[in-house]
Amino acid sequence: MQASTHTLAEGLRLPTNGLDYAILALYFVVVLGIGFAARRSVRTSLDFFLSGRSLPAWVTGLAFVAANLGATEILGMAATGAQYGVAVVHWYWIGAIPAMVFLGLVMMPFYYRSKVRSVPEFLLQRFDASAHLLSSALFAFAAILIAGVNLYALSIVVEALLGWPQWVAIVVAGLFVLAYITIGGLSSAIYNEVLQFFVILAALIPICVIGMKKVGGWDGLSGNLEQRHGDDFLTAWGGTGIGDANPLGANWLTIVLGLGFVLSFGYWTTNFAEVQRALSAKNLSAAQRTPLIAAFPKIFIVFLVMLPGLVAAALVPKIGTAGSDLTYNDAIPYLMQELLPNGVLGIAVTGLLAAFMAGMAANVSSFNTVFTYDIWARYAVKGRDDTYYLRFGRLITAIGVLASIGTAFIASSFSNIMGYLQTLFSFFNVPMFVVFVIGMFWKRASMKSGVWGLVAGTTAAMVNYFWVYKQGVVDIPTDQGANFVSAIVGFVAGAVVMVVVTLFTAPKPEAELAGLVYGTASPGLEADDGVEAGDSAWYRRPALLGWGAVVLAAACYVPYSF
Amino acid sequence: MSDLQKEVSELERKSATAARLFDIRRIIGGLFVVYGVLVTIAGITASDADLDKAEGININLWTGLGMLALGLFFLIWLRLRPAAPPPPTD
Repeated sequence: MQASTHTLAEGLRLPTNGLDYAILALYFVVVLGIGFAARRSVRTSLDFFLSGRSLPAWVTGLAFVAANLGATEILGMAATGAQYGVAVVHWYWIGAIPAMVFLGLVMMPFYYRSKVRSVPEFLLQRFDASAHLLSSALFAFAAILIAGVNLYALSIVVEALLGWPQWVAIVVAGLFVLAYITIGGLSSAIYNEVLQFFVILAALIPICVIGMKKVGGWDGLSGNLEQRHGDDFLTAWGGTGIGDANPLGANWLTIVLGLGFVLSFGYWTTNFAEVQRALSAKNLSAAQRTPLIAAFPKIFIVFLVMLPGLVAAALVPKIGTAGSDLTYNDAIPYLMQELLPNGVLGIAVTGLLAAFMAGMAANVSSFNTVFTYDIWARYAVKGRDDTYYLRFGRLITAIGVLASIGTAFIASSFSNIMGYLQTLFSFFNVPMFVVFVIGMFWKRASMKSGVWGLVAGTTAAMVNYFWVYKQGVVDIPTDQGANFVSAIVGFVAGAVVMVVVTLFTAPKPEAELAGLVYGTASPGLEADDGVEAGDSAWYRRPALLGWGAVVLAAACYVPYSF
Repeated sequence: MSDLQKEVSELERKSATAARLFDIRRIIGGLFVVYGVLVTIAGITASDADLDKAEGININLWTGLGMLALGLFFLIWLRLRPAAPPPPTD
């Protein structure tokens, strides 16, 4: 693949001034301040890794959406908008909302009540040590890789926009992340994510407002793009009939099943970097509401990334082709340079850097938890005092940051950051979801079926991607389309292998499944839900919030479907 | 209860987060008030070049006022609904 398309275009240097840098510097000070101020709340390893399971729902909910709103997501989704048009909404309305609602309404009671401290720990309770160790190791590996992707992406953006050498950006951002999570733990990471969420909004809204005015509003924008790319560019489903050609390289079936079901459920319901935010909530009601509260901003954030992508595609007709030095990933940086005066420009730069650091911090703060609780305390140094694991957690956090600095270069071999992340998720997360959903709903699924489902699903997805697609055995038009198909293949392979293995191996004793599988009673645990006065208010009811989000997301499709 | 549940319940009892973690509303409120004031001033003193660049919209002024409003919202919310006093610890 061409590494050169990955670097941002030259000539994107922003005209920053002292005011912009003052805004940026103030943010860095506040980030560190949050870390130091959170330090006094860390007494046990549970405080460090899960905020003592005591945060309110609005905090964990905004952190849940912000942990996903890293800069790779923002730049990558604007790029997807510039390249594929309105079809980018699929990654939000069908590719996120149903899975987030499913996590909150269906899966969270099992996760939260069982008191597991990580997603792999649930597999240990439900299946056996081999499934646990495999998923822990895969997760730890993926988390460091993705943290590295964030750091690398940050360095090329900072070099292009501010002119800092790449290594300076990597070291500065890496050390800030290292400092604030090592000192303040997950509380510090989550608080910074909540802050980042609002700064990102303050950065993206002005870009959208000015950008839309420049292209003459929605009518001007759609007229311009329809003329150049055809009517389907401005619809969600146009050209996605099976057998039709469209730039996404996917049809409605692979979008619904591959993206909407397999990839999205895999990511949102079993990716510990997300689920960890919900597990840190103060009671079951707050844990259930975490992804549901996150769903509402998620529905509307797509406009803030899609509009800059579309505006850039309208203003720079050749964007992403050989005729322009701008790549799709440049959409937002280009508009920042063209449209924002000093002041708001500083906010936008701060928002982008904050998003990069938060994206990295979310991965490091979930990596350290899995590495400490699931790998170190379980298989290496067992049965020590809690203060030992707290100390070890701080050490492994620092090591994790250093390791992600080392892996930053891997990101350079794919042309679209988002495609790269999706590829990884289709390998690691797809089998996770199939194992979880079968494990949670089928009592008979045997202890050994977990690990074999994981192995089969990961292998099948990889074989499909690297052999069937890359070697051209079956013709799939784009990487994105191939990701969707690989996800479906991995899911089906994992499910089939789990069923077959279950038929030949021993089930888990029913007593050990209490509270882990649908339809089992977990005596004593329901009483421990920590219900608070006010949790029964109508606007805090999980079912209403969840179904409200689904209906709203479906309604959002209407204007873009006909 | 399983061993894991006993262990985590024990850690929850010793946890200090609920009692000692500060309220994030204060930080969001404070930072956005400062940002709001800075950016609003940049908007009041905006040059013609700034206005032309932003398609004639005084974007600093509007963004600054918006951020100021958000900051004040968090500070007022904190004032009206302070966090419940932590349960007595030993």
